[in-house]
Amino acid sequence: MNIFVCISNVPDTTTRIKFKPGNKEVDFTGVQWIINPWDELALTRAIELKESNPADVTKITVITVGKADAEPTMRKALASGADEAIRIDAAPEDAYTTAVQIAEALKNESFHLVLCGVESSDYNSWSVGGMLAELLDVPSVSAVSSLNIENSKPVVTREVDGGKQTLSTSTPAVLIVQKGIAIIPRIPSMRGIMTARTKPLKVVQGVSTEPLTKIVDFQAPPQKSSCKMIDPEHLDELPELLHKEARVI
Amino acid sequence: MNFEFTEEQLMIQQAARDYAQRELVLDVIERDNNSIYPTKHVKALAELGFMGMMVSPEYDGAGMDTVSYVLAMEELSKVDGSTSVIMSVNNSLVCYGIETFGTEEQKQKYLRPLARGEKIGAFLLSEPEAGSDATSQKTTAEDKGDHYLVNGTKNWITNGNTASVYLVIAQTYPEKGHKGINVLIVDRHSAGISVGPHEDKMGMRSSDTHSVMFTDVIVPKENRIGEDGFGFKFAMKTLEGGRIGIASQALGFASGALERSIKYAQERKAFGKELAKHQSVAFKIAQMAIEVENARNLCLKAAWLKDQGKPYGYASAMAKYYAAEIAMKVTTEAVQIHGGYGYVKEYHVERLMREAKLTQIYEGTSEIQLIVISRELLHVH
Repeated sequence: MNIFVCISNVPDTTTRIKFKPGNKEVDFTGVQWIINPWDELALTRAIELKESNPADVTKITVITVGKADAEPTMRKALASGADEAIRIDAAPEDAYTTAVQIAEALKNESFHLVLCGVESSDYNSWSVGGMLAELLDVPSVSAVSSLNIENSKPVVTREVDGGKQTLSTSTPAVLIVQKGIAIIPRIPSMRGIMTARTKPLKVVQGVSTEPLTKIVDFQAPPQKSSCKMIDPEHLDELPELLHKEARVI
Repeated sequence: MNFEFTEEQLMIQQAARDYAQRELVLDVIERDNNSIYPTKHVKALAELGFMGMMVSPEYDGAGMDTVSYVLAMEELSKVDGSTSVIMSVNNSLVCYGIETFGTEEQKQKYLRPLARGEKIGAFLLSEPEAGSDATSQKTTAEDKGDHYLVNGTKNWITNGNTASVYLVIAQTYPEKGHKGINVLIVDRHSAGISVGPHEDKMGMRSSDTHSVMFTDVIVPKENRIGEDGFGFKFAMKTLEGGRIGIASQALGFASGALERSIKYAQERKAFGKELAKHQSVAFKIAQMAIEVENARNLCLKAAWLKDQGKPYGYASAMAKYYAAEIAMKVTTEAVQIHGGYGYVKEYHVERLMREAKLTQIYEGTSEIQLIVISRELLHVH
């Protein structure tokens, strides 16, 4: 079974986000780039499955849409345990163009499972996985919180209202995964870091595609309002303040 | 000049940071309070390759350079000095000493498991009456033909109880002074070795520090490293590199305290505005950042010189002196910025301050570093 893991190259989650003048573009100056946390968990699960079922999972390939500056992130994925990487040489513009680029690249590949993080921690569109499955014309399963291979078939658990649902799926399929798919993201070992440079990182040309959405402007979240301390002697004021000032009850 | 790190170096830094921030931090306060050895962390770091990160892959190490080692030590030490000192002693004293000066047989037998982190090593130089004055070794290694007979006491030995492999510095020819000293690889479980109680320390409380007593311990001749009488030179050469590890540890305490202070100053309000907007705090933070940056540059320069095969003893002494001094200063300022919160354990900075103090003392006190530096400048030996 060949597993592809879609990797989004995103700013470190502790980055203080700033915008360029006009608020139409994020200012990425000085930003540290990481593997999108959901994608990192998906990759971790793929590596765990390959380690525990080497006969079933034969190859893990990570794939991204990005320019050359996304390569350190891809090499980190290789150092963590992916076997090969593909960078589609195009700037990701919106969820649709990203899905189109990946779908076009995957048409030339042999794949059984494609894992996509449920969202990316930068633009949060929540839609690449679903669009990708449609473009590839393969089944997709959303909200996947566990993945196992049983009798060479993928068995997934997904979160449903008030409980969990277990289902098996045919392949090829796209699985849209969320937290729980793996618990602790894989940290690359020294050996992994040293072998990463010898693993293939293929660059393929992107196709010409137009975004379906356009960013009009960004707005920073409102500043957190200051904390109001209440004297323990006057705790009876609390319900009224929560009701009238904070308006939360 | 090139101040850029390679992609591999950055990945190692990130791996160390991820491990420290996700795992080490979870139980660091509890381990410090109860002096619990970080068994699971040492195992995990060994699996990641940190315990023998500079050893050649030929001997099961990761083959990383010293610059990567500085980056990893800094990241781990930002969170936990007890764990990082275990890594430092194993890497830059024990593995380095055996790999650089040991025989092929010694490397096959001892270096491989040490580099894999399956075994941990300890460096036994200090004695009750020989700390900085390392030439005054009272421990003896009597030449008995096909073996040495070791007697004496070693003090403040990091990894003293958990180590399986000891590098013991001992006097064979007292009349020859420091030229009569040897270094022996000793199996910790040899007959005649007894380990004293765990030292109740001010900081680094989850590292394993003990006295080790030797009574008629038989050590085979083939366990001597180098020529007869090479022990003192071995200790000095090995400590030159060890200083880079401890300097990077001190750097980590300082930069960890700085990061926590920046975060706290942006969150905590006093007199109606964030601490960051009070000049008295903002200037302290600027000063701390300058000192951290200077210490980092000194550590990296010493590491770079070592990686280039150039002499680095002078540079590593400067790095260790400066990093240890500013670690004490920066961590003290961090406690001051945190105020009352800084004095309680939950905020970590008081622990960093306690840990920083040791970097001015072990693997050559600050005063010893000044001797090394001044002798080099003044040509007085």
